[in-house]
Amino acid sequence: MGLRRHADLWLLGSAMLLCCVSPLKAEVKNSEHESHSNSNITGIPIVTFKWEHVETPYLVALWVLVSFLCKLVIEANHHVTNIIPESALLICAGFILGGIIWGADLQQTFKLTPTVFFFYLLPPIILDSGYHMPNKLFFTNLGAILVYAVIGTCWNAASLGLSLWGCHKGGAMGELDIGLLQYLLFGSLIAAVDPVAVLAVFEQVHVNEVLFILVFGESLLNDGVTVVLFNVFDAFVTLGGAQIDAVEIIKGIISFFVVAFGGSLLGFVFGLLMCFLTRCTKNIQIIEPGFIFVVGYLSYLTAEMLSLSAILSCVFCGVCCQKYINANMNENSVKTVKYAMKVFANGSETMIFVFLGISAIDKTIWVWNTGFILLTLLFIFIYRFIGVFIQTWILNRFRLVPLEFIDQLIMGFGGLRGAVAYGLAVMMDENKIKEKNLMVSTTLIVVFFTVIVQGIIMKPLVKWLKVKKATESELTLIEKVQNRVFDHMLVAIEDISGQIGHNYMRDKWKNFEEKWMMWLLMKPSARKKQDHVFNVFHQLNLKDAVEYVSEGESRGSLEFIRNDSAIIDFKKKLGEDIFDTMPDVTADTSFDHGIVLRDPVPSVSLEMHEQTMNGLREMEDLNSHHLLQEHLYKGRKQHRHKFSRNHLTINTDEDEVQEIFQRTMRRRLESFKSAKMGMGPPKIISKHTKKEQQKLFSDSGSFFPDFEFSEADSASGYDPSYSYRSGGGIENPAFMADLDPVVPVQIPPWLAEAELYSGAVSPSQRAQARPPLSAGDLRRLAPLRISTRSTDSFMMADIPAAEQRRDSFDLPPPPPPPPSKDGRHQ
Amino acid sequence: MGSSSSSLSHIPDGQQLMGETGFSAAHLLRLHERFELLDKDSRGHLRPEDFEEIRELTENPVGGRIIGAFFPPEKETLDFPSFVRILAHFRPTGKNRSRDRTQPEPANSRTGKLKFAFKLYDQDRDGKISRDELLQVLRAMLGLQVTEEQLQSIAERAIQEADLNSDGAISFDEFKKSLEKVDIEHKMSIRFLK
Repeated sequence: MGLRRHADLWLLGSAMLLCCVSPLKAEVKNSEHESHSNSNITGIPIVTFKWEHVETPYLVALWVLVSFLCKLVIEANHHVTNIIPESALLICAGFILGGIIWGADLQQTFKLTPTVFFFYLLPPIILDSGYHMPNKLFFTNLGAILVYAVIGTCWNAASLGLSLWGCHKGGAMGELDIGLLQYLLFGSLIAAVDPVAVLAVFEQVHVNEVLFILVFGESLLNDGVTVVLFNVFDAFVTLGGAQIDAVEIIKGIISFFVVAFGGSLLGFVFGLLMCFLTRCTKNIQIIEPGFIFVVGYLSYLTAEMLSLSAILSCVFCGVCCQKYINANMNENSVKTVKYAMKVFANGSETMIFVFLGISAIDKTIWVWNTGFILLTLLFIFIYRFIGVFIQTWILNRFRLVPLEFIDQLIMGFGGLRGAVAYGLAVMMDENKIKEKNLMVSTTLIVVFFTVIVQGIIMKPLVKWLKVKKATESELTLIEKVQNRVFDHMLVAIEDISGQIGHNYMRDKWKNFEEKWMMWLLMKPSARKKQDHVFNVFHQLNLKDAVEYVSEGESRGSLEFIRNDSAIIDFKKKLGEDIFDTMPDVTADTSFDHGIVLRDPVPSVSLEMHEQTMNGLREMEDLNSHHLLQEHLYKGRKQHRHKFSRNHLTINTDEDEVQEIFQRTMRRRLESFKSAKMGMGPPKIISKHTKKEQQKLFSDSGSFFPDFEFSEADSASGYDPSYSYRSGGGIENPAFMADLDPVVPVQIPPWLAEAELYSGAVSPSQRAQARPPLSAGDLRRLAPLRISTRSTDSFMMADIPAAEQRRDSFDLPPPPPPPPSKDGRHQ
Repeated sequence: MGSSSSSLSHIPDGQQLMGETGFSAAHLLRLHERFELLDKDSRGHLRPEDFEEIRELTENPVGGRIIGAFFPPEKETLDFPSFVRILAHFRPTGKNRSRDRTQPEPANSRTGKLKFAFKLYDQDRDGKISRDELLQVLRAMLGLQVTEEQLQSIAERAIQEADLNSDGAISFDEFKKSLEKVDIEHKMSIRFLK
């Protein structure tokens, strides 16, 4: 509360400052003139007040500060912002400020000018939207989005313009000097759904993602149409009605295609440029983020220069470059870009709304015509709904999952107009359009109505209609696996039923992308950055290291480091079966702290065995989900253009395919053999609880003979990569970074028994591709197993691995394959 | 319509199949073409080897299971009606037409789809997904980088999350419940070309 009070004072103070500034400006100008006229200075000035010197930047900075302060004040109390969206409150703050300035100046010295808006305030928002666009969702729904954006906007514009004109003719508006063309012009500028407003309002509502992407995507893509319509009608108005003939109309239509596609293409070009740049910036990582902003801004300006759609250009630039940039740049740069973009976008949005409010407090622009204004509001509302319903009806015939009625309602209601409309309105030429002020006033009222009133109603409406909300809950493991199973299933069924579905195109794109785009646009190191395991290990270790030190410090001194016995005691407490004396002490103790990963305050004390066991379980949890996320096979349909982590699997797609292929062939061979020899299917490892499992691994000497062997062995000729690694964790390919990434392999359970003899070394992937075809070769690999021990200590991705590690030291050298197997092989 | 209904007569029990599965005549014809294409020796029925000819299936981790789903344990051959019945599971869920309770649950309803998915896991058809069965699926779905122990822990965790009556296995109801937030109708439907 104190903060709020202070914030109020700040705000008031800065507002005062602002209104003092402008009269001060005048005064200073005078005094400057005076002082200049005295060309002989009487003495050396110690301090001078040089306002003009800093005027422009000072005002800009001051206004930014004031806008941010408004936001501060507004966000101080969440009770209010829950009911009234922040954007509405910002507009009201703008009203207040505008009022103050008006009172001081009797004129509105500060307004939202189109130049400032279109060149400085809008680009960051658009760039941010493009960069953070959920690509998969976007492109899946692209058809629907385009329909709404293009057809919807044209419909809105035409219907509004014509209806207003009709009403004018009908006399509902009194005497106005507006012709049909001007009505259409007005219609085109007010028809477009505004991305800023949509974001601002929908952000707090959390509707389901399909709905959001449809409205949001529409608001972005309709710029293409808006720009064209506005320019075309503007030109028509200038030409006058007489000169419009078929040619002009056709030219208008062509210009639409040029503007829209040109803008998008330009955006792609800039996006590619950006990717390419980031590919080469290894040595200047510190200013990598700068490239993103600059090139993004340039894409906007270039499109503006060529009279193409600047918003489309900026959006597609961001959409196209996301993936590669995130792969190419180093972590910190990626974070920097994200945060900085959010700062700019948020800041811009705040300023836009504040200035919208301020600009409204201006007597000179207000012309009131009840009929015009009310009819506009009414028609906008009605035609939006009609448009949405009709288009959705058509779309639902083609969509796999139809849009429900409730979603359509929200979509219709979410057709918010915003600052873009205002900017366009102000840009009109008052010589050509006599009633410009009326239009500006109407636009303002429409904007305020949609943002404030509709914004306030949106949240309760969504709740009331029980719109399906975005699921934010963490998926269970089953769900994650099942989702992936579904994807694979669908691909399989499509193949079986001979579909060339959606995914044919995606397939082709993916192949193209992998062949060319990755090569061209991604750093070789990014492409090779395969090792998710290393990432896990790395991250865990980072956290561990931090916690280790903080833990040590919290105990008064880094006694841990100095006192070896303390370390060992600590470990003992953590569970006898799990740890043992490890050669790599620091790594080990750091791993201990990994257990309290979830625990922000390292509350581990030497006594808290329980807690660490819980931590262990949580750790398992973390690992399970993480592992699942990382390692589930992607399948053909996956195109998650999100983060570099996902690249790893995409780049290993070939290997994935290899793996699966080999497994499949192997399985077939088994079943073939079993059919031939009349034997049952290969046995699988029976159920083990964790304890049993540990026990099993601990006396692995007796482990091997326990398993039954089957004809599965013979299939192993296909794939030597399956080798049992009882000795421990995951190979760290980072250690062999410059060799082919060694794929640490694991036996599939149903083949476990077949592989036990073959040792733990996973041959390189090249070897995988050319499998040695005899069991003899496999046996040759066995002795190599011993060498893996040296690397084991570095593997600490998880506890079982650690435990395994211990076992590997205890294990006797692998027993020779039991004779029965030999018999089968020969 | 005239031509398609006359060619529909090539398909035995065509009308009945249409009613049962909900496929349109055009769909059925197309599927029949596909069936005949897969049936290289024109035997009139399909065998697992015919499916294995489809190259893409070898690259699919659940390919083997899907093939298995077409062929229940006793049968080695697949005739066209069975082929179509399985594929019917993947039809998009239509609006709820009123159907009488006596009719069996349509294959492409949410429950029908879930049953199919469940069967993919439950290979021994005992009505439960045991830990091993889950392990097998996980093994198939996860890359080779995952160690056996990690796999076990994932399977363990997954069962813990889903198993409500703590019997160590996932029954169909538990399976259904754990997937209640998933949009099955969308995720398990493809648009069949006409």
